[in-house]
Amino acid sequence: MDLTLSPSEQAFRDELRAWLEANHPGALPREEQGSFEFRRAWQRRLHDAGWAGISWPERYGGRGASLIEQAIFNEEIVRARTPQLANVLGLAMGGPTVIAHGTEEQRQRYLPPILSADEIWCQGFSEPESGSDLASLKTRATRSGDGWVITGQKVWTTYAQHAKWCMLLARTNPDAPRHQGLSYFLMDMEQEGVQVRPLRQITGEAEFNELFLEQARVPESNIIGGEGNGWAVAITTLMHERATLAFGLQVSVQIALQELVEHAERSPGSNGRAAAADPLVRQRLAQLMIEAEVLRLNAYRGLSATMQGGVPGPEGSLAKWHWSEVNQALTELAMDISGVRALAIEGDGVGDNNWTYRFLRARANSIEGGTTEILKNIVAERVLGLPRMR
Amino acid sequence: MNFQLSDDQRAIKRTARDLLASRYRPETVRELADDERGFTDEQWLELAELGWPGVIVPEADGGLGLGAIELVVIQEEIGYALAPTPLLSTVSAALLLVAAGDQEQRSRWLPSLAAGETRGTVAVWDERSGWAPDGSELESVDGRLTGTKVAVADAASAEFVIVAGADARHSLVRSDDPGAEIAPERSLDPTRKFYTVKLSGACADQLRAGDGERITRAYATIVTAVAAENVGVAQRALEMAVAHAKDRKQFGRAIGSYQAVSHRCAQMLLEVEGARSLCYWAGWALDHDPAVAVRAASMAKAYASDAGFRVTAAALQVHGGIGFTWEHDLHFFLKRAKANGHAFGDGRWHRDRVAELSGI
Ligand SMILES: Cc1cc2nc3c(=O)[nH]c(=O)nc-3n(C[C@H](O)[C@H](O)[C@H](O)COP(=O)(O)OP(=O)(O)OC[C@H]3O[C@@H](n4cnc5c(N)ncnc54)[C@H](O)[C@@H]3O)c2cc1C
Repeated sequence: MDLTLSPSEQAFRDELRAWLEANHPGALPREEQGSFEFRRAWQRRLHDAGWAGISWPERYGGRGASLIEQAIFNEEIVRARTPQLANVLGLAMGGPTVIAHGTEEQRQRYLPPILSADEIWCQGFSEPESGSDLASLKTRATRSGDGWVITGQKVWTTYAQHAKWCMLLARTNPDAPRHQGLSYFLMDMEQEGVQVRPLRQITGEAEFNELFLEQARVPESNIIGGEGNGWAVAITTLMHERATLAFGLQVSVQIALQELVEHAERSPGSNGRAAAADPLVRQRLAQLMIEAEVLRLNAYRGLSATMQGGVPGPEGSLAKWHWSEVNQALTELAMDISGVRALAIEGDGVGDNNWTYRFLRARANSIEGGTTEILKNIVAERVLGLPRMR
Repeated sequence: MNFQLSDDQRAIKRTARDLLASRYRPETVRELADDERGFTDEQWLELAELGWPGVIVPEADGGLGLGAIELVVIQEEIGYALAPTPLLSTVSAALLLVAAGDQEQRSRWLPSLAAGETRGTVAVWDERSGWAPDGSELESVDGRLTGTKVAVADAASAEFVIVAGADARHSLVRSDDPGAEIAPERSLDPTRKFYTVKLSGACADQLRAGDGERITRAYATIVTAVAAENVGVAQRALEMAVAHAKDRKQFGRAIGSYQAVSHRCAQMLLEVEGARSLCYWAGWALDHDPAVAVRAASMAKAYASDAGFRVTAAALQVHGGIGFTWEHDLHFFLKRAKANGHAFGDGRWHRDRVAELSGI
């Protein structure tokens, strides 16, 4: 056991830190479209310097970095408080899925523009009738000439408004058992058969969308992993969503916690003292610090196990579930500390400088990327080996 | 960066798991729970032969000179087996002697402690001080101590007691001192024997070399060891619950297929793994990263104190009525976890320490 970075890992971190410090793009513009273009430019700058998709093989534009280097990267990029990269879904899910299941041609075609943010990706899995029970989805793909025609509806599609490609899960064989009738497509969003309608969220923003597909066309060459194998490919996407994000998430919790302590020190509590002097607030802050440490340590333990065992296991479900609880508890404590001030939303009410916004945004944490209940099912069945629930 | 135990550490863990499982079968634990002394000489000698009493005692003092992480690994297995043994008491006494004993005191006691020829224990809580482990107001006059210490583990079978006094001064009192009266308590946890130690002008050999920082670190090691024991206790309770949930059928199917049961088990896993991560980290930090070690130890103890109880209580719930019986083993686990949770500072006290050490 050795919880320090090796000299080469440390050198990697220092180099990255220095680069991030010298190249930090500054604060994100407020307005939606401008802010997205800002994030695209920021990713491009990273990419030009060789810092995008570092764990991807060199021949696809990565640098073949180790898992631990990828983890360090995810930590440092959050620690530096840089804007989120524009192509998060492509980087965290789409690329790894294409690397795992795509053909050589598909890798050559799709991976480089993910890194450069020239082509943004979105994930079209969920449907109005199919959320947790994803395998029940109804969006239908039928053969037509040398390709496919797709009709149906998707929902909660984050960044569909910016996306060039959609990781689309659709039913190609309605007669097969439900998990076997699905295929995984890369669908071009820039076509007439695809209509994107923004959905306004609890925060007032519209990150996600409804997607209406009416005879949308996808060529045969855009199936990933072969016809009828969509479920296995989709699972890869979801595993990566849960596993790789853990490092960034635990650091964002550590940062939020520092800010929360400052919030508690600045905010008035009872008896004319700071909220931080309140024994109950202290207890809750300390508990959150401990939980945040657990998130960090579990991420490292999971990484060490993955480095020995190969693929990320279902333990990623545990991390994502735990993170959502911690982040929600953290923002709830922030609201309690704000007291009556929580009633007013300061400024434009968007972004991480605002606790009320963060409190509202955190409500999604236990739903997005798999609800806590579903993650508990996975842990119970796949880690503990309990019988499947019915 | 590598969060895996080394091959040697894994070997210690495996040996401990196998040996303890064969020596402390449930029937044996049960017998020892009823026994006044709570362990046999044979059992003690076997652990002593492995060097465990001196696992963390420096080689120069006759110990194995291993680290806190090895102690954590052993303690986790002690908890898993629920072994009734005075090991932790002796290790704790040794840690305080290493931290605060002068050369003469060290050479007088440590080699024989490490060899298992002598046993010691630690008396922390005054009868009337609160639950904080650092609040002793024991009276000391001319090298003689007067006052009452409660919840002293394994005192009757120890040759000496390290007694915490005011201002973190620690003294060694021999159990056969005419001024020391040792009376058994009825323990919440019958697999560990607790005593009240009444001192009336007992002759005290004050540990002369320790500064506050070394003593603080010794306690940090002790609390990490207690926390690690709770990891093992909780792990075993989780396994019992999962086995029962697969086996027991109601309404025509295994109860583990009901989410109220399976999600409870998933929650248990979350807490066991969290406590384990913190304990390994604290053990590692005590050996390699002193700047964060004391805070890490308090984090581990706070989390494992609460998790230990919650997990064993959840396991009881999963078992239904059978879990509430004396006949079932689960109550021993719950009691050990709860007792450990209160020993050497409970969750609340350690959270307060975490806040303080974080500058809040
Ligand atoms: C901010 C945000 C962004 C998102 N982005 C995307 C995206 O980009 N692409 C995409 O495809 N999807 C996206 N989603 C959708 C997300 O994956 C789904 O919301 C999620 O899978 C849950 O589906 P649902 O909303 O239909 O809820 P439902 O599945 O209807 O669940 C409702 C409630 O029932 C519970 N429940 C359901 N089944 C079970 C069961 N078997 N056992 C116990 N409880 C159960 C759930 O836990 C939940 O509490 C996003 C969601 C959010 C909130």
